[in-house]
Amino acid sequence: MFGAPLDYLFAFLVGGTVCLFAQLLIDLTKLTPARILVIYVVLGVFLGAVGLFEPLADFAGCGITVPLVGFGGNVARGVRESVSESGLIGALTGGLSAASGGTAAALCFGYLVALFCNARPKRP
Amino acid sequence: MNFDRRRYLDRVKERERRSPLFKNCFFAFTFGGGICALGQLLLSLYLYAGLSERDAGTLVTVTLIFLSAVLTGVGAFDNVARVAGAGTLVPVTGFANAVVSPALDCKSEGLVMGVGAKIFAIAGPVLLFATLSGAVYGVVYYVVGLFL
Repeated sequence: MFGAPLDYLFAFLVGGTVCLFAQLLIDLTKLTPARILVIYVVLGVFLGAVGLFEPLADFAGCGITVPLVGFGGNVARGVRESVSESGLIGALTGGLSAASGGTAAALCFGYLVALFCNARPKRP
Repeated sequence: MNFDRRRYLDRVKERERRSPLFKNCFFAFTFGGGICALGQLLLSLYLYAGLSERDAGTLVTVTLIFLSAVLTGVGAFDNVARVAGAGTLVPVTGFANAVVSPALDCKSEGLVMGVGAKIFAIAGPVLLFATLSGAVYGVVYYVVGLFL
């Protein structure tokens, strides 16, 4: 029911490492968090394109699919499948369809939360 | 006090609050790893419930996004993120927070041009560059496929 314990260990270690690198980028460079998100997504597409994403995902499971790299890997997989299926048009249709679940969830939940909650003063 | 530019910048650097690198990295690693392990738990449960591998994966993402959206709404996300740093930023939780947070902040500007537009403030670039690099990959993949 809960899967193999090793899966959790690898997810934890790989996911943690992915985040640790991002923290190094935040602390040691002038990159803003938004730029780091963009870099990670594009990195995910790149990993998917060169065929490294799937083996990584088989090994690390959610350790690689839950970070934003997974979003990019998903896009790459969607594009590849759509191009194989329907030719060049798949380059445009595949990416967003593969990422549609997460995107739609973020937008819908985001809007609902914004309707029902109010912004709070931010602590510095 | 009369400062020239160089000395002023030195002074600024000296007084800057240095973020403790080791501590930040430790928390980024543990929180980030923890969120991924939580994802793994959800994935196992969804697979056990009989979902296909792909649907289960999507549902994990959706669940984590839902949790972060709610936590952002009640104001708890920022408190965690202040400690966790990249540990909550890099998993989909950070993407969800980046969608909800500007939407909340701009509620006073209206529900269409305020929330509706600002909801894309950070999600927009992420989606744009994901789509763009995906499309480039698609074209390359198609062209390469023609010759193989």
